[in-house]
Amino acid sequence: MLRYIVHRILLMIPTLFGVAILVFGMLRLMGGDPVEVMMRGDGGNVSQAVIEQERVRLGLDRPIYVQFGKWLGGMATGDFGVSMWTGKPVSQEIASRLQLSLQVAVMATVLAVLIAIPLGTLSALYKDTWIDQVIRVISIGGLAVPSFWLGMIIILVLLSYFHWHPPITFTPFLENPRENLAQLIWPALAVGYRYSAVATRMMRSTLLEVLQEDYIRTARAKGVYERLVVVRHALSNAMLPVVTVIGLEFAFLIGGLVVTEQVFNLNGIGKLFVQAVARSDFTMIQSLVLLIAAFFILINFAIDLMYAWLDPRIRYR
Amino acid sequence: MIIRSLAVTAALVFGAHDALAQTPKHGGTLVFAVSAEPPNYDCHAQTSFAFLHPVRPHYSTLLKFDTANYPKVVGDLAESWTVAPDGLTYTFKLRRNVKFHDGTPMTSEDVKATYDRLRKPPPGVQSIREETFKDITAVETPDPYTVVFKLSRTNASMLSSFASPWDCVYSAAKLKVDPKFPERNILGTGPFTFVEHQAGSHWVGKKFDGYFESGKPYLDGYRAVFISGAPMVNALAGGQVLAEFRGQSPADRDRLVQALGDKAVVVESPWVCSLVVSFNTKKKPFDDQRVRKALSLAIDRWEGAQALQKIALVRHVGGLLRPGYDLAISEQDLVKQPGFSRDINASRAEAKRLLKEAGAENMTFKLTNRNVAMPYTPVGVFLIDQWRQIGINVQHEQLETRLYLAAQQRGNATYDAALDFNCDFMDEPNLQLQKYLSADKSALNYSGHVDRKLDEIYEKQSGELDRAKRIALLREFERQALEQAYVIPTIWWHRIIVYHKQLKGWNITPSHYVGQDLTDVWLDR
Repeated sequence: MLRYIVHRILLMIPTLFGVAILVFGMLRLMGGDPVEVMMRGDGGNVSQAVIEQERVRLGLDRPIYVQFGKWLGGMATGDFGVSMWTGKPVSQEIASRLQLSLQVAVMATVLAVLIAIPLGTLSALYKDTWIDQVIRVISIGGLAVPSFWLGMIIILVLLSYFHWHPPITFTPFLENPRENLAQLIWPALAVGYRYSAVATRMMRSTLLEVLQEDYIRTARAKGVYERLVVVRHALSNAMLPVVTVIGLEFAFLIGGLVVTEQVFNLNGIGKLFVQAVARSDFTMIQSLVLLIAAFFILINFAIDLMYAWLDPRIRYR
Repeated sequence: MIIRSLAVTAALVFGAHDALAQTPKHGGTLVFAVSAEPPNYDCHAQTSFAFLHPVRPHYSTLLKFDTANYPKVVGDLAESWTVAPDGLTYTFKLRRNVKFHDGTPMTSEDVKATYDRLRKPPPGVQSIREETFKDITAVETPDPYTVVFKLSRTNASMLSSFASPWDCVYSAAKLKVDPKFPERNILGTGPFTFVEHQAGSHWVGKKFDGYFESGKPYLDGYRAVFISGAPMVNALAGGQVLAEFRGQSPADRDRLVQALGDKAVVVESPWVCSLVVSFNTKKKPFDDQRVRKALSLAIDRWEGAQALQKIALVRHVGGLLRPGYDLAISEQDLVKQPGFSRDINASRAEAKRLLKEAGAENMTFKLTNRNVAMPYTPVGVFLIDQWRQIGINVQHEQLETRLYLAAQQRGNATYDAALDFNCDFMDEPNLQLQKYLSADKSALNYSGHVDRKLDEIYEKQSGELDRAKRIALLREFERQALEQAYVIPTIWWHRIIVYHKQLKGWNITPSHYVGQDLTDVWLDR
């Protein structure tokens, strides 16, 4: 097991290196100049000399391989560089947004799990009954409705019927839990609903499959209580693909809530990403892509470890 | 629709009268929206309103615009001033009770250090206003409360330039230690001290008790929230923010009036911003004056303005200067210029003739535009339709800012025609005519043209202190620019602001850059 873990950790290095080359190369190939965006984007009457001076300051006048080497060298030592737009360390810019994004991701995940596991299980156990039909309508609705649209509807309903708008700036949970939840519960609901729909569908289909397995029939034939059959034998095995879905969705939520963050004016990683792209802030984009890639890799790794925990056959292999 | 219009008008009229009639109240925190965010804190290196709205309340400038009587300038740090009869010496007497937020007194040395930094920035420091102050040869400080500016030539815009909101006065002592101090620090003499900037989220300022204007500011503080688009309109409708000071679209105005009812105040003004079409004169057939002029003639700006004002923040037909500005061309003269005639059929017939003569009657090209909906998209679509009516097929290419600017890269421009914008902090020909100057004279020339006649007239008018003579020169410049049509005006913008009626003491002007120090703003709660 230890060897497996070390092997997986070592494999992360070339993967991240590949991502670094890709994102760095693609940004340079796409064309455009971050300094032009910064100084002329608002129609500024800026001389070419000032533009050149700024390009030199940001190191954009140097050969591409020198820029890449400097960035990669910095990353290797934990230095993400400075934002081309604000001049502040990238790590500082990301850290100030990560807390919010992580909290929304965790809240949406908890919500999704709390909804998906019981609903998916009930749907499978009462297949083709009215219970199953109702749950299927709810879950298919969740798949069909985009989170950002649901978010917009939530805001409009709050405004029109309650004459109230959620807070528009972030307050940390420990500072003021009420204010914090008043802002974040709505995006968590909007995102969590879609997320739960995916997981519910997955839970239902895998549980139905597992319930057809020989060992379930054997357990029932031995007279094991139905509740035990479901909880101990069926659910734990049906959870494997559901865990994968939950893990990948969680990783996606860290940087993927681009539109939802805009709708609720959340100052998270998704909004930072959009701003970095709009501003052509190369160092910020590179670092964010690498960070999100690292998140995906780590979540995948955690899922694999959880597989081993849930399924002894994987552990002993 | 009629009821909605009446509501807007009523709010406009009564809102304005309310503010005049009431005595300002002290206290409260103004929360307002800013739809973008400043990259750093240095006034001298910025060009965006997104910087001024949150940062300007921390600073003072030598002069400032009187927003109730725009474009009149009044003293900010300056108590009084005189201009020598030859127009080459400006002497300012400074207020004596001005302190920086760290308690140190502000003197003429601080003003000198500021303007020296603006006109001749030390290595590593950016000043985007070098060109504006290039005529200043020396800044003298005969005593701590007198500053004298010596000019090498007369400059018609100099006094207004001293009211530029970008020219924040910095501490000479801090600049001496570190000329880049203002990039990361806020230390001004303005009505509010800096409290916090949470990147991507908000900016907070607190009342400065040592502010030089007795009894001001009225507010205890302000909070600028960085929020844009539909969420910003929602936040305004929900009362989370009381105002957004750049401008709203007609659709957002109507939605807010409906949502806020009698709590809304709507104020509107012509705007010192316009959309212009820039032709790449380095490319065929745009190197041919007949083609460019034909494309200008084909546009029915009068009908376009009527139609577009319903859906976009454009409304006014004008030449190179904002319609309504006292140096702008009159409508009577404007209709005689190519592309501005009320007889669009005659203009289009002339356009077709010119295209045929140039052998370009079947031309096709791309209109490069920003992927910003308001007002770029509707105006781009309108222009394409106008050109279609003289048989020209135009493809609309909407690009994100980075690629849009790359297409217009000076010296290596790849675009055919581009929808560009011209937005300035005040009405002033020395600013608005920059796009029409030769490529080697102006950093704002993206069309690549060189026209020495325009350069020569510009130079003459920029130093002409006699108003009548300056107007004559401006008309000559305008005729040449519209005839050559390197860059052609389309429709001028219209500024619409909807704010909550408890906000008082703020006045709309044609510029979204001025009047944002919040000194006179108060809350009626």
